[in-house]
Amino acid sequence: MLYREAGQFKSSYAQDQQIFPILQDRIGVVLFLAFAFAVVPLVGDQYWLSAILTPFLIFALAALGLNILTGYAGQLSLGTAAFMAVGAFMAYNFVLRLPWLGIIPSFILAGLCAAAVGIVFGLPSLRIKGFYLAVATLACQFFVLWAIQRWGWITNHSASGVITAQKITILGYAVSTPAEKYVLTLAIVSVMALAAKNLMRSETGRAFMAVRDMDVAAAVIGIPMMQTKLLAFAISSFYCGVAGALYAYTYLGTVEPEAFTLDLSFRVLFMIIIGGVGSILGSFLGAAFITLFPIFLNIASGGISHAFGVEISHALVSNLELIIFGGLIIFFLILEPQGLRRLWQIAKEKLRLWPFPH
Amino acid sequence: MAASLMSAPQIHLQQGSRNIGDVVLSVESVSLSFGGVRALQEVSFDVREHEVRAIIGPNGAGKSSMLNVVNGVYHPQRGKIRFKEKEFTDMDPHRAAAMGIARTFQNIALFKGMTVLDNIMTGRNLKMRCNFLQQALWVGPARREELEHRRAVEEIIDFLEIQHIRKTPVGRLPYGLQKRVELGRALAAEPTLLLLDEPMAGMNVEEKQDMCRFVLDVNDQFGTTLVLIEHDMGVVMDICDRVVVLDYGRKIADGTPAEVRANQAVIDAYLGVAH
Amino acid sequence: MNFFIEVLGGGLLAGVMYALAALGFVLIYKASGVFNFAQGGMVFFAALTFVSLLERGWPFWLALVVTLATMVLLGIATERLVLRPLVNQPPITLFMATIGLTFVLEGLSQLMWGSQPHGLELGIPDVPMEWLSEKTNINISQFDLFAAGVAGILVAVLAVFFQKTRIGRALRAVADDHQAALAVGIPLQHIWAIVWSVAGFVALVAGLLWGARNGVQYALTFVALKALPVLILGGFESIPGAILGGLIIGATEKLAEVYVGPMVGGGIESWFAYVVALLFLLVRPQGLFGEKIIDRV
Repeated sequence: MLYREAGQFKSSYAQDQQIFPILQDRIGVVLFLAFAFAVVPLVGDQYWLSAILTPFLIFALAALGLNILTGYAGQLSLGTAAFMAVGAFMAYNFVLRLPWLGIIPSFILAGLCAAAVGIVFGLPSLRIKGFYLAVATLACQFFVLWAIQRWGWITNHSASGVITAQKITILGYAVSTPAEKYVLTLAIVSVMALAAKNLMRSETGRAFMAVRDMDVAAAVIGIPMMQTKLLAFAISSFYCGVAGALYAYTYLGTVEPEAFTLDLSFRVLFMIIIGGVGSILGSFLGAAFITLFPIFLNIASGGISHAFGVEISHALVSNLELIIFGGLIIFFLILEPQGLRRLWQIAKEKLRLWPFPH
Repeated sequence: MAASLMSAPQIHLQQGSRNIGDVVLSVESVSLSFGGVRALQEVSFDVREHEVRAIIGPNGAGKSSMLNVVNGVYHPQRGKIRFKEKEFTDMDPHRAAAMGIARTFQNIALFKGMTVLDNIMTGRNLKMRCNFLQQALWVGPARREELEHRRAVEEIIDFLEIQHIRKTPVGRLPYGLQKRVELGRALAAEPTLLLLDEPMAGMNVEEKQDMCRFVLDVNDQFGTTLVLIEHDMGVVMDICDRVVVLDYGRKIADGTPAEVRANQAVIDAYLGVAH
Repeated sequence: MNFFIEVLGGGLLAGVMYALAALGFVLIYKASGVFNFAQGGMVFFAALTFVSLLERGWPFWLALVVTLATMVLLGIATERLVLRPLVNQPPITLFMATIGLTFVLEGLSQLMWGSQPHGLELGIPDVPMEWLSEKTNINISQFDLFAAGVAGILVAVLAVFFQKTRIGRALRAVADDHQAALAVGIPLQHIWAIVWSVAGFVALVAGLLWGARNGVQYALTFVALKALPVLILGGFESIPGAILGGLIIGATEKLAEVYVGPMVGGGIESWFAYVVALLFLLVRPQGLFGEKIIDRV
């Protein structure tokens, strides 16, 4: 009833190109953002803000980065965690050694460092395609982690390789409570998500998708292979780098290189598979799913424990988590290769007809 | 094969008078082999500005390979290509596109994951000037550029009569429409030379008439020089100015459609007479 | 000089172990075009099942047979539940499905048998061969030689199987073109079930040897990752390539660790093999024995 396009005509190309062409969508998004920015920090409880919402946003940003590279540009990457690590550790270094820069410029510079690493390890993509490229990114993943642990200056010669993120102050205002960190993260992620959406609906995005779908044809129509692929690596790594910096500063606090292992890379890859490859919304849906799922499982097992008086061990729950994760990946790949985002689209299409059957 | 030479569908189309100019593309003694297979042997011919040239020949004659050489996808072992006064021994696809050569492929090379509109928009990429930072911000120059190119692409969509499918993912379209979209993508680049690899393959009579109409309109309205590979003799006789015939990688005839049709070597090649 | 030979020898033998891990991948890739990331999970599952049965007092050969049977069942189940529904999807989708499968296997193994590491005794001690050490002062472990021997026999058997037998020929046909194989009457599903079972057997052998060397623990799953550089060098479809690739990777990795490592802080084993593979890919994307890919437009 409410969700109708009837009467909404587009009389200019500008209107047609909007991110949310349907009025109800626009209203919905504005309300949602207002809620997220204004209401949640005031009423949200500490645990939810610091342990669920903030990491969700951070992972959504990393998933966005990976989606740009793997989903839109078709270059499979298993090095996401390495790029996040570069972002985290370089942000630490910038804040430590150039404290007059300020936190946001430090994050940006850290992201640029990650982008530089991304370009270097993206060079093989000019000769190697598809699955083999994953190997190049694996080399990156292992090498970066090794470098962080071996090159003392990165961790300011800390004995154990662990660094502690400094306190964040923006223009003299301290950002220290969970609510404040959440709002900062939300602001950064929103801006970057908007930028990503703009990029993907303009020529850059089309060039990426062309390279993904058929790179020989893309070359024939004039799309420059090298610039396009390296740009994809650079932008993607930038996003992952900023996500890594946020990971250190607004979530973890103390950061060790072991936080950025191959496991994390796989985790982000799962987010985009489940959420929807090649979709901005999908990155968010996938990140939400993977962040919330273990919590849901914990609550469910707690509930079953109480209901049946059975002791469900922590180990059992985490093994079940693994099995269900793996099973869900397979399930999504078989039944809905386009992931949660496609399910969302289908739901919206049904909503357009509701309450009529067709 | 003889049957198809004689009883091809009769396509009656008006051809306006065109000013066929000087030689714009010239292929000189090009030889190409893959391992032991010799795809092209010492093939030479030229193409004049504003004309519609056909390359015909039995299957495996090397026609697609010839287009691939012109466009830089394959690199010939010997020979030269001269385009717009510049000589190349080796063209590369990016340079070919930048110089104004566009093409379509025999086995449709569209980007299956994108919509029709997006596919044709990719054809405009060489004309887009804004960098990615400007596009990320989507204000001012990037936005204006995007809308301006959208306008140009919509003109092509109108021209090809595919408005109703502009937002459909290309992978879902029937074969004939996909070929039309591919033509649209090639046109979007506003090419000087358009290479069409079997543009009418797999189409019924009506679709062929439509396609011929589009091809001739492109030549008429935009003055684009066309080189097309075609199997349908009726089409070739009707719309082409000059024809090159290839067989087993060699050129066996070159002239107007009437001349070529009467050429004994050509008839032998199609009938499969041993030679 | 002796030290060099020792390191080289150790590296070559480690390489044999890598090759053993890579073999399972080659088998499945050869027959179904899928890069089975779950091979590592299969190695872990096989090793863990075997060790757990042994610890419950089962005799060696019975445990072996039962584990093998389980692996065969696993292979058939995988084919039916994962591969068949995904039969026409692009390879990248299948690869991601096998990543999912790895996690399922991991969770399943630990669910069934617990997650502590286990030691595994195969009866061959990891001590240097005495007569060699006494004569030439070179220490090469008995166990390593045993593993090399087993791997060698396995490779020889598989190579003969693929080249000479009827089933081997059918497997190669299927790998080349599913439709054509069906057209000449090759029963596709049976073939895949056979292949995955053989891969399961190889996983078992690899699991036992690796498990005896390093202990049966979760890290075994990532055998898949170590096999990748080997496969890149040797090509994904070649059995002799897997051996050669394994030897090269093993040797260069060990030599680099010992001779180059100290200059840059050590620990380069974690990434060296990948960088070697990467450099190799840049020069020869199809590996030593692979087939050159020609892009036809």
